[in-house]
Amino acid sequence: MAKAAKTTKKSDAGPPAQDMDFILHSLQEAHEKAGRYDASVEEMLHFYEQMLLIRRFEEKAGQLYGLGLIGGFCHLYIGQEAVAVGLQSALKEGLDSVITGYRDHGHMLAYGIDPNVIMAELTGREAGISRGKGGSMHMFSTEHKFYGGHGIVGAQVSLGGGLALGHQYREDGGLCLAYFGDGAANQGQVYETMNMAALWNLPIIFVVENNGYAMGTAVKRGSAETEFHRRGTAFRIPGMDVNGMDVLEVRGAAEIAIAHVREGKGPVLMELNTYRYRGHSMSDPAKYRTREEVQDVREHKDPIEGLKKLLLEKGKSEDDLKAIDKAIRARVTEAADFAENSPEPAAAELYTDVVVGNY
Amino acid sequence: MAIELKMPALSPTMEEGTLAKWLVKEGDEVSSGDIIAEIETDKATMEFEAVDEGVIASILVAEGTENVKVGTVIATMAGEGEEAAPAAPPAPAAKEAPAAAAAPTPAAAPPKAEPKSDPEIPVGTNMATVTVREALRDAMAEEMRRDDRVFIMGEEVAQYQGAYKVTQGLLDEFGPKRVIDTPITEYGFAGIGTGAAMGGLRPVVEFMTFNFAMQAIDHIINSAAKTNYMSGGQMRCPVVFRGPNAAASRVGAQHSQNYGPWYASVPGLIVIAPYDSSDAKGLLKAAIRCEDPVVFLENELVYGRSFELPELDDHVLPIGKARIMREGKDATIVSYSIGVGLALEAAEKLAEEGIDAEVIDLRTLRPLDKETVLKSLAKTNRLVVAEEGWPVCSIASEIIAICMEEGFDHLDAPVLRVCDEDVPLPYAANLEKMALIDADRIVSAVKKVCYK
Ligand SMILES: Cc1ncc(C[n+]2csc(CCOP(=O)(O)OP(=O)(O)O)c2C)c(N)n1
Ligand SMILES: [Mg+2]
Repeated sequence: MAKAAKTTKKSDAGPPAQDMDFILHSLQEAHEKAGRYDASVEEMLHFYEQMLLIRRFEEKAGQLYGLGLIGGFCHLYIGQEAVAVGLQSALKEGLDSVITGYRDHGHMLAYGIDPNVIMAELTGREAGISRGKGGSMHMFSTEHKFYGGHGIVGAQVSLGGGLALGHQYREDGGLCLAYFGDGAANQGQVYETMNMAALWNLPIIFVVENNGYAMGTAVKRGSAETEFHRRGTAFRIPGMDVNGMDVLEVRGAAEIAIAHVREGKGPVLMELNTYRYRGHSMSDPAKYRTREEVQDVREHKDPIEGLKKLLLEKGKSEDDLKAIDKAIRARVTEAADFAENSPEPAAAELYTDVVVGNY
Repeated sequence: MAIELKMPALSPTMEEGTLAKWLVKEGDEVSSGDIIAEIETDKATMEFEAVDEGVIASILVAEGTENVKVGTVIATMAGEGEEAAPAAPPAPAAKEAPAAAAAPTPAAAPPKAEPKSDPEIPVGTNMATVTVREALRDAMAEEMRRDDRVFIMGEEVAQYQGAYKVTQGLLDEFGPKRVIDTPITEYGFAGIGTGAAMGGLRPVVEFMTFNFAMQAIDHIINSAAKTNYMSGGQMRCPVVFRGPNAAASRVGAQHSQNYGPWYASVPGLIVIAPYDSSDAKGLLKAAIRCEDPVVFLENELVYGRSFELPELDDHVLPIGKARIMREGKDATIVSYSIGVGLALEAAEKLAEEGIDAEVIDLRTLRPLDKETVLKSLAKTNRLVVAEEGWPVCSIASEIIAICMEEGFDHLDAPVLRVCDEDVPLPYAANLEKMALIDADRIVSAVKKVCYK
């Protein structure tokens, strides 16, 4: 990569002088050298199933929205599946924590959370994971250390810093994966958090899901520095620039980032280059891009189609994969039926959970 | 089995729409993700995507049909591997919309009560019917034409034409120097707007919704509201912070708060919360001309409603004046913003039961027009405050305090407040409905103060 050489900063009081460029780019270099994750066919099948589950789940959610069964804001993850699946498959479930914004269904499914209770939250029913009180943007599973589900752009990043502080404080060996968008990457609190995370050596991976747009704002219209992986430079946080449309590349990069953090070397910033196929939310007319642009990504970069090709090369048959698709469609239909048939929350639920104590 | 394609809901508030265009015809094969139709909502034209694969068997609603209710079957599709069903009865012509589709939508319909005309508007002025959304846009456009120091900045205000289409067309007319798209950085751009006002410009800062202004509230309060005072009157800050406030539809706890009481508690700020198109336009124009920082609270659910708007060259209304929306003698209902529509609806229902309620729209929350409220109280001796917001430390609390302090002798009953439930707004449809204020609750409270 062509990067301008920087002068090495020498300080009398600080740690021994090091080559700054080397530190900042070391993970990227390791990633480029290691390449894609060397998955077994079993693992690949598992990734395929997970990505397909997210895709079909989200398609169904879009359909239920159209039928009026889901209301409010509903942000679909279609196109971005490889990011959550590739990263979260490398985590220690039950130890590491995950936090994200409002586009959260995919991250929950990637963490193995039951599609029924996610869909029932979308329809606002008692059986929903937040008892119907949160909705699409506000889902949580403390059991899985999935901490939401946040509606205020950028807020999850500092909250993620707090989760990482918790891991460090308890010395439990865990880390936090904090996801945010290319638009969220412009919020000030993101950089306040990066500074503290680097200063205190927190076990956190900042994950920018760069899907090209923040609502209708293309990256270059909202960001002076569009290479988000470089944005940790000011805080000495190493960055990684990753193809987020290839689940094996994502997983490969995740291995390197996680090893760095687990060794106690402090935070990492990963930029996952991806794309959302649908509008920002269900009510986005998406006039800011052409149909051809979307079609081109679908045809040439689709993460599910890409892995499918690989599986076929590895000897899986079209029929094997069709059978998987069929099973997943059935699973999603079951979730939708469950979500549609669960009762609405009881009226008394309106007043529960406002505060914990009795005063 | 044929798959029914139903008219989709394409936004949180959509109940019906126009089937603008079919992009497929009967017999066409479609696969998941294909765009099959274009549908117009009140805000935008949206693409309708196929979810399943199969063949379009029949098109049941012709393109061009207006007011198609969400959920109406608009086409059928034969699934993968099935024969396309024989062509169904021909699609009805565009003009004869399905009967069900013609029914008016309850949410969009303004209350029947004809509001009393505003004494500020000269008698005999021609009236046009305009949505609140257009009235706000026109106010900004007129002020921008009049004063080249006025500019607008915020997220998606320019190229996207506004997240809720309030700034539609402004970029075309005024260009990118005066209609500025910002990144998602509320704290930063609220500060930039405030600083620009200190330096002599007249910024209108749009928040996509006021929920996101919490990121920026420090500048609104610490930088904008206090400057004039701290500088001994030297440094002014004529900035307008505007955007939709309070609950929308099913958008959950973090996106549904009424900040009226928050800002109204701050000395140094002007806080305006209009209800109809005339007030939206007349008061936004006044806000932009105002020498003080103004928080201008709109309401997403009201944007699409149509009201009468006086056709005047320069329709500017006074800040700090409430408006009597309906005269009555038995009890007073004080409200503002979306609550005014509910109060008028309640007044209609009360009239059927022989109670003649007066409805006051506060319009400005700071400074509050005590005089109009107390005068009405002196006439009716009974008062209810209706507020779409939390009850604790609310505008309602403030009005009640004023009635106690300055109207005690006129009270024949305790003043009651009808507010939202004291909980974060839930997402579930049934719970949300329970949590929010409605006309029936206002009716009960008025009956109570009338001891009926
Ligand atoms: C503080 C704040 N400002 C604005 C919004 C409205 N909003 C919600 S999502 C969004 C775009 C975010 O884009 P990005 O961070 O790229 O994430 P993506 O939606 O692409 O996943 C905006 C402006 C918000 N929720 N919170
Ligand atoms: Mg984005």
